[in-house]
Amino acid sequence: MKSPRSKAQAKTDTAAKTSARTIKVDALARVEGEGALYVRVKDDAIQEIKFRIFEPPRFFEALLRGRIFWEVPDITARICGICPLAYLMGASHALEEALGITVTKPIRDLRRLAYCGEWIESHVLHAAMLHAPDFLGLDDALQIAKKNPEVVEKALQLKKLGNDILDVVGGRAVHPVNMKVGGFYKAPRKTDIAAFADRLAWGIEASRELAKLFATFKFPDYEFDYTCVALRHPDEYAITEGRIVSNRGRDLPLNEFLKHFGEEHVAHSMALHGFDRNAPEGYGGAYLVGPNARYNLNYAQLTPLAKELAKECGLGPICNNPYKSILVRMIETLYACEEALRLVKAYEEPDVAAVDVQPRAGEGFGCTEAPRGICFHHYRLDGDGRVSFARIVPPTAQNQKQIERDLREVVQANLSMSDEALKWRCEQTIRNYDPCISCATHFLDLKVERT
Amino acid sequence: MMHPFIIGVGNRWRSDDGVGPFVADGLAARGLAAVEESGEGARLIALFEGRDNVVVVDAMRSGAAPGTVRRFEAAEEPLPAGLFHYSSHQFALAEAVETARAIGRLPAGLVVFGVEGACWDYGDALSAPVRAAAERLIGTIAQESG
Repeated sequence: MKSPRSKAQAKTDTAAKTSARTIKVDALARVEGEGALYVRVKDDAIQEIKFRIFEPPRFFEALLRGRIFWEVPDITARICGICPLAYLMGASHALEEALGITVTKPIRDLRRLAYCGEWIESHVLHAAMLHAPDFLGLDDALQIAKKNPEVVEKALQLKKLGNDILDVVGGRAVHPVNMKVGGFYKAPRKTDIAAFADRLAWGIEASRELAKLFATFKFPDYEFDYTCVALRHPDEYAITEGRIVSNRGRDLPLNEFLKHFGEEHVAHSMALHGFDRNAPEGYGGAYLVGPNARYNLNYAQLTPLAKELAKECGLGPICNNPYKSILVRMIETLYACEEALRLVKAYEEPDVAAVDVQPRAGEGFGCTEAPRGICFHHYRLDGDGRVSFARIVPPTAQNQKQIERDLREVVQANLSMSDEALKWRCEQTIRNYDPCISCATHFLDLKVERT
Repeated sequence: MMHPFIIGVGNRWRSDDGVGPFVADGLAARGLAAVEESGEGARLIALFEGRDNVVVVDAMRSGAAPGTVRRFEAAEEPLPAGLFHYSSHQFALAEAVETARAIGRLPAGLVVFGVEGACWDYGDALSAPVRAAAERLIGTIAQESG
């Protein structure tokens, strides 16, 4: 979460010329952080497409070095105010591996419950308040509030439900303070958890209604044969842990992730671009993480109700239309409400809120499904339990190449559109990814030239 | 504005952006109901719920002299867009107030105080003119709260 200082008013500048067209969005609206888009077309051919991230880097990986292990989850949580758990929990899992401990089932369940809360609040905010206006031809959520107040009312209640779960389990609605390496500082009270049951039952119905409403939108006719990458767990729709799988045959333990996927610096972006080391010809290394990737890979593990909702929304087991990610987000919201309800009903206050942890040297990996996609962590600790190495690969960094790839296809297919309409479509295309630009910007390859 | 619920919006580790939390702290110390908030819109709307008198204090960037305080009777007229900045997906104070108005969730009494900031760097201290304005504002709100 950032201070308010630097958000410029969204400015757009489009210029139509006879043969050369430039589409520029100087400051993208309705995304987290600061990014821009630049497209240059000449004689009906795309010369250049740049999804630029100019959010300044924050050097988290460097500032973690030398820190004692138990500080790491709370520090990394600060990377994002929308999905702090992706950092807090990914770091905790990695450090628990490094320290040689395994948490108990009640701790694991509580973590999954908190994560369901994060999915609910993040997905609903994006789908209803930020992405839906694109489909309604409205400028922002305020216009929806005026036109469809009941949609905004429902979305706000759902979002609050997600935040309240984080508040009760995590100790605070944003940047939880009750979670640590090994578990929780204090287990939540059974009565407080049980109080969510009715609200979650309502949440299942509310997310279903919103999904069905969004399914009536007119979706641009565009599909891409994505390389989908997500976690997979043998027993559940993966959220907090699993192996990393793809629809092109990958099935990897976490410690092999970086052998198959890398990150590179490109001149036009402050954020590293993730790439697939074995991408098919013509993909330029692009791959997809996030709701559609999860849905396509793990559809079979959704609940009957979630599958039924998908069907009602016109989706089969594979969704390769990125604009329909708004539907997938609501299907995942319904799933998260159901899953949270199951965990709430089964909850008993555990005897121990956290497993005992002793510092030692070690190495560990962690990965969770942030609302926007897999968020990968790797740490090494020295004998005192201090961080000697840290590496974090956030989801939006991984999606950047795919965002540019989608933009290229979308622009090429819609060159007959007016500049204004094309600009709108491009922004909508970027928002398919719910990009969290602040999170993505975590490293700058700084080169000093001296003469 | 009798017995108001005060929301101090801002980030106390970004210099003058911390003016909202600073005022909230000062009023809480005088026994008033005051909380600190980051400024995320949906949270603000949730805090409006069930409250008749709400006072919001936030840092402002309008180009006025640092320490300038502006008072907006937000229950009666729209909050000018563009004065209060917050980057989380651009759903912030002004959007929250107007959205709450559109869905009928605006408190009957809602006053927003904007305090013009000068410095937004990392740091936990307010600049001198902002601090002076904040201290005066604490007095004003405390006095009006009866």
